[in-house]
Amino acid sequence: MVNSDTKVDLCGITLDNPVIAASGTFGYGHEFAELFDINVLGAFSCKGTTLNARFGNPTPRIAECAAGMLNSVGLQNPGVNKVVSEELPKLKKVYRKKIMANVSGFSVDEYVKVSRVFDKEDIVGWLEINVSCPNVHGGGLSFGTDPTVAAKVTAAVKKATVKPVIIKFSPNVTDIVRIAKAVEDAGADGISLINTLVGMRIDLKTRKPVLKNVTGGLSGPAIFPVALNMVYKTSKAVGIPVVAMGGVSCAEDVIEMILAGATAVEVGAANLIDPFACKNIIENLPSVMEKYGVKSLKEIRGLS
Amino acid sequence: MKKTVMEILKTEPLCENVFKSVFVGDTSGITNAGQFVNVSIKGLYLRRPISVCDLNGDELTLVYKVVGKGTDILSRAERGDKFDMLTGLGNGYDLSAAGDSPLLIGGGVGVPPLYLLAKRLSEKGIKISVALGFNRDKDVFFTKEFSDLGATVYLATADGSRGEKGFVTDVLPKDCSYFYACGPEPMLKAVYRATDSQGEFSFEERMGCGFGACMGCSCKTLTGSKRICKDGPVLKKGEILW
Repeated sequence: MVNSDTKVDLCGITLDNPVIAASGTFGYGHEFAELFDINVLGAFSCKGTTLNARFGNPTPRIAECAAGMLNSVGLQNPGVNKVVSEELPKLKKVYRKKIMANVSGFSVDEYVKVSRVFDKEDIVGWLEINVSCPNVHGGGLSFGTDPTVAAKVTAAVKKATVKPVIIKFSPNVTDIVRIAKAVEDAGADGISLINTLVGMRIDLKTRKPVLKNVTGGLSGPAIFPVALNMVYKTSKAVGIPVVAMGGVSCAEDVIEMILAGATAVEVGAANLIDPFACKNIIENLPSVMEKYGVKSLKEIRGLS
Repeated sequence: MKKTVMEILKTEPLCENVFKSVFVGDTSGITNAGQFVNVSIKGLYLRRPISVCDLNGDELTLVYKVVGKGTDILSRAERGDKFDMLTGLGNGYDLSAAGDSPLLIGGGVGVPPLYLLAKRLSEKGIKISVALGFNRDKDVFFTKEFSDLGATVYLATADGSRGEKGFVTDVLPKDCSYFYACGPEPMLKAVYRATDSQGEFSFEERMGCGFGACMGCSCKTLTGSKRICKDGPVLKKGEILW
């Protein structure tokens, strides 16, 4: 008889298990709800949402690589008002837990405006602030690359919401620990990492980049060791919860991330390869915990 | 959509680099002609989307061109080899729009999904015409299969080595009640310009998931952005932005 405690606490909200479907790989939940009861999830993070509707980048915006994929979708979404008026009501019919509202913006003001809208929604448990977007008022550099700018976004969003604010980090930085400390000081309730790594592929037949956007974000098992290391370093440096993601594909990966210091774990690209990935991970988790003598996930956090 | 494991019964070459593989398994997820399956290939990360060419009970036929690693591995698979698939993806063709004299227009490896469509339309007793375009004689396949369904077949090859010399748009019959087109995008655009009839086109795009989650294959239409994998691959002529 498996009697493993998979419950974790993320910023004051208890999750039945640490598995959160990652933003951009789970839409607004509907495609998956057709296949299984998505209430088995710990939670899920909705598609990255901006103030206005965005089509995203031109296609092709998907490329394959060894043990992973590149995407240059470019934050396609219907805009926050439509998400709230159309997607969330549909979602509430099939999902009774909390979602993480993933917020993207191209200015501090946009982050604040989108956060204010999500703040009023009961179904939103946390705001996950994606600071990997280019800052249009800051020379196009991503908000997440500069500790000062990342702290500024954090402080501004904290003022716009009473919900826990989790800052989602880009791994494409020189010193992730400095940025983590800066957002913690600015009031962040948690950190999630890593977003995708920048990469590209070239088509030998056309001799041109496969992605129309030239570069895209690398995800999948290829990035798991990179993510694990960043989770390990960051969680030791800050006192707020770290949500780990990057190539997580099985229950063993979840336990590894928690041993590295994660409080909860997001599953991304794996959902695209197998729509049942999260469900399978959640179902396998208790027996894998038992195999490695883990009685409670909370007890092993950061033990490595 | 269903996730299922299908087993290869046989694979045979149809012409240079084009193969026909017959699988057996649970085909119940496939509900319409023009849908596709997304095939997991061992050792490769992303699945490979391939249109459904034919269905016979629990047998599924896929016809595909070897264009890279995935299709190469698939073409070498042996009887009994198993493939994990997501089946019944995409909307498929609107058979109710066919009218009494539909025209099916296919170019190269855009031809296979039109076969199941032709079969379904002939089962309803509808008389169909099929216009096919290929590069050369040795690329031509399926003309007999369409004739055997009772279709009138018009054939063009770019170099004139079989049928009429020219493109598929050079052999389109004058009148049709509705058309269904599948092929490379330049061909679809040429068809769009060459015909006054109403119809629909099926599209191809590099996909991530194949079931609407990743937004990797979106395109803009007159009725807003659509995902080729989920809202397509078939789009009506009236919604296309060309």
